[in-house]
Amino acid sequence: MSLTKDAGHLFRFAFLFVVAFAVFLVVRHFVVPKSFGEYGHYRGAAIGEIAARPLHYAGHETCETCHADILQMKKAGKHAGVNCEACHGPLANHAGDPSIQPAKLDTAVLCIRCHAASAAKPKNFPQVDADQHSGGIACETCHQPHSPAIQSGGTK
Amino acid sequence: MNGVEGYIYPNEITLYWSVLIVLYPYITGLVAGAFILASLVRVFNVKAVAPAYRLALLTALAFLLVAPLPLQLHLGHPERSPEMYFTPHATSAMAMFGFVYLWYLMAVLVFEIWLDYRRDIVLLSQSTTGWKRLLYRIMTLGSDNISPRSLVIDHKVGWIVTLVGIPSAFILHGYVGFIFGSLKANPWWNSPLMPVVFIFSAMVSGIAAVLLLYMGITKWRKMPIDMPCVDTTAMYLFYIFILDFSLEMLDLIHRVYEADESFRTLNFMVHTKLYFSQIVLQMCIGTLVPILLLGIVQVTKLPALIRKRIYVVAGCLVQVGVFAMRWNVVIGGQLFSKSFLGYTTYKMGLVSREGLLMAIFLTILPLGILWVLMKLLPPWPEKQHVPLPAATPAH
Repeated sequence: MSLTKDAGHLFRFAFLFVVAFAVFLVVRHFVVPKSFGEYGHYRGAAIGEIAARPLHYAGHETCETCHADILQMKKAGKHAGVNCEACHGPLANHAGDPSIQPAKLDTAVLCIRCHAASAAKPKNFPQVDADQHSGGIACETCHQPHSPAIQSGGTK
Repeated sequence: MNGVEGYIYPNEITLYWSVLIVLYPYITGLVAGAFILASLVRVFNVKAVAPAYRLALLTALAFLLVAPLPLQLHLGHPERSPEMYFTPHATSAMAMFGFVYLWYLMAVLVFEIWLDYRRDIVLLSQSTTGWKRLLYRIMTLGSDNISPRSLVIDHKVGWIVTLVGIPSAFILHGYVGFIFGSLKANPWWNSPLMPVVFIFSAMVSGIAAVLLLYMGITKWRKMPIDMPCVDTTAMYLFYIFILDFSLEMLDLIHRVYEADESFRTLNFMVHTKLYFSQIVLQMCIGTLVPILLLGIVQVTKLPALIRKRIYVVAGCLVQVGVFAMRWNVVIGGQLFSKSFLGYTTYKMGLVSREGLLMAIFLTILPLGILWVLMKLLPPWPEKQHVPLPAATPAH
């Protein structure tokens, strides 16, 4: 009996393997997006799709074109480097149509997101235990959020 | 914030890798370990373990079939998640999954089991009726040649497949460890020892799992447990466990001595959030106690009943310890902030897609698959149509 005959079942398994590999290649052909690899190891069409998404953030330069008075106030204070939409949230809609008014912020909740006391924060970063510091009173009662330092003579 | 201590970046608060990602390396570890145990018989000619040889192969297959399910559930999108099999790529370790998994499943495990069972399958295709006959006929791939020469060829090819399978098993699980070990941004994971530790702990968990399954199923079948088989398996388990423990200690000592910038943070985490899972479960209950128990059997002459009980206790503790090790790696690596100044907490869901119940289901599922496989392909020596051929190299 020839070796080919006694090893014939192995060829059958090998054929099964080849069929499985062919199925793999066919499925792969359909599931790999057409534009994949066009520019790199990602879907080329993704660039256009992402670019076509609506904008949510207007950017602080856009805010400053109308709110120059706030810009001046911010420049003088510790929040000079904080972008407008970091606190106010995305406001591209408002920038596009000023009649759309942004929601009023609750400073009792907003400010402690950054200023809640934590031993892990740098010591020179202003931080408070909100309950002890203000007892739940809104921060803007004493601090003007755009220039938060309390100046002599009372609230500014 | 609830569950958060100190300073932590916003994207670190919620853990992205859940208990299912703990389960994935645990299950692949069982696969690799069970296969290595089978290779002891086939390649290293350890005849004493022969009664558990086929059970080890079927165990490896049952767990391998379930191994990617935690990943698919984690990915979500059932319409897209199977693409991980079909779009492997060499540009990232994770994208290699398709190559590693399909190679191990098709080229190693299924092929070896098919070669080993081929004579049984042909004879069963002739002696059964109905849907079973049809199934066995499909499994013969249309060849009913079981001449002595064809079986010798099967045996020689099987030996080569097992030889290839050993590094493949190492790659399968070493690859999982490599994914963690190569993440240089995470000091808890970043270690060249990680793949090696994963491989050795995989061998420990897989061998212990087959030991437990063999004893449990044999007892359930009301058959006598082959003591030389379990003694030899436990002996190999003990020696590999010693190596595994040594490697884990080497990794620990290296971290302690190096004491890089992350050390204080990680040390604090091990002594607080991970104290129970790392110190108590992994090191004490899951490593030292079973090593001690298995060591006692090696140096004393205990009666068979006591030895069996020790193996069961040690085997269960090994599973607890290795699962805890996977937990500590996967979950522990996400509990601390990259700022090294804060920690978060893992909140496991119960009935969610990646919750506790799903994890329990995926742990039990391989046992159900194993039961079906055992019904189709009985692994017991007394049910084999031919005795296992002696392990010889392919000349």
